[in-house]
Amino acid sequence: MPPMKVPRLVCPAGSLPALKAAVDHGADEVYFGFRNDTNARNFAGLNFDRPAMVEGIRYAHARNRRVLLAINTFAQPGRAVDWQHAVDEAAALGVDAVILADVGLLDYASRRHPGLRLHLSVQGSATSYEAVNFAHREFGIRRAVLPRVLTLAQVETVIRNTPVAIEVFGFGSLCVMNEGRCWLSSYATGESPNTVGACSPARHVQWEKSPGRMNTRLNGILIDSFADDEAAGYPTLCKGRFEVQGETYYALEEPTSLNVLEILPDIARIGVAAVKVEGRQRSPTYVAQVTRTLRAALDELADGAQRYHVRPAWQKELARVSEGSQVTLGAYDRPWR
Amino acid sequence: MSLGFTIPPFRLPEIVSVIGVHLPQWPHSLVLVAALNAAAKLGLLPEDALARLEDRTFVVEVLDAGALACFRCQRGVFRPLLACPTTADLRFQANLAAFLQLLARQEDPDTLFFRRELSIVGDTELGLVVKNMLDAIEWPSLPTLPVFRSRA
Repeated sequence: MPPMKVPRLVCPAGSLPALKAAVDHGADEVYFGFRNDTNARNFAGLNFDRPAMVEGIRYAHARNRRVLLAINTFAQPGRAVDWQHAVDEAAALGVDAVILADVGLLDYASRRHPGLRLHLSVQGSATSYEAVNFAHREFGIRRAVLPRVLTLAQVETVIRNTPVAIEVFGFGSLCVMNEGRCWLSSYATGESPNTVGACSPARHVQWEKSPGRMNTRLNGILIDSFADDEAAGYPTLCKGRFEVQGETYYALEEPTSLNVLEILPDIARIGVAAVKVEGRQRSPTYVAQVTRTLRAALDELADGAQRYHVRPAWQKELARVSEGSQVTLGAYDRPWR
Repeated sequence: MSLGFTIPPFRLPEIVSVIGVHLPQWPHSLVLVAALNAAAKLGLLPEDALARLEDRTFVVEVLDAGALACFRCQRGVFRPLLACPTTADLRFQANLAAFLQLLARQEDPDTLFFRRELSIVGDTELGLVVKNMLDAIEWPSLPTLPVFRSRA
């Protein structure tokens, strides 16, 4: 069995120690963002100021790894220049690519910085090869991150019909999987990455403890209630439990994390160029744990798909850090279309 | 930061908390405040994050030890509160093992939260500032800390 070409491993960084953890534990690429609303993960105290970015890029480049900068929100009315400045700043910093969602911003970046490598963000919500090829033709994107709504067969169809490299999610918290189009957070708080702000901003989140229970409220709306022995998830509407026709349950989605270890050989076989780990909001510890596990899996796969088998220790490590303490293959292997 | 050893999951015997809650709580506050001020003095805590803690009250509750540490941040300095407020701006609750695993960067705070081993009650955004501030600290390797330097 010849050695196999495996996807590049793209890992998250919300802080400099997280970036270094990703590099030290085997990420091929690390992605980060500014400390402002050009970043969908614009949470209090998270992300990089300029000196931290400079140091992070230096650290990664010295070890032959790439750095991607996510400018993955949509320009606000009257403030397009702030998003354009972010792209200019990215080019000046010397990152290896920017990850953009806003079509206007893709246009700006391709004209102003023709040498800057562009990736289409998952927030750009391109689910077909026509959409990917449009962004390639108009803006020269080199890679597209596919939303987590496609089956593996659909991902393969996109790859066969585009010259653009394709990146898919490999591990991390699942959101409602309608990336770039979801407004649920805005419904409760007036803010979401696809309108203005971040998803479920912390100042709208309240955890109420009482003996034996914890209630989660989002802007005063009760979205979940946990007994002490129940695993919790992020305080988002999509992962709330609601009463529907007399039954209270996770009506939209359970708190869970995507985990593709089982189908990694298929992902490599169909020609996926990069596998992304979610979680810029998480600590350096998580980044280290997930990066080293996926690195070990990809390295084993590189030795030959025949030899690849999912080690129980990998699954254990990933399940431990998962939202709701459970994992899923998500849309990749659903039987229906 | 790698300590070269692993903190196992454990829970202190119930007797510890039964006795612990009756002991004076101010020594815990003093120790924690001294550590935080030392970290601030070493420049490990970013100033913009410190500014967001100004005049806020914090309670750290070690459940299985029956221990509380209470403090306030004033003009960039952490000061112990000798009487713990019933409603602080932010209250962290966990067993000793979870706090130690967090400090050693052995476990991720969100992981502990998902597993219900860590509770954050009060101002959630303030909690996020504290969490992200601690995550962003680049711990110096042990020999560069002043206490490990040999005296000339």
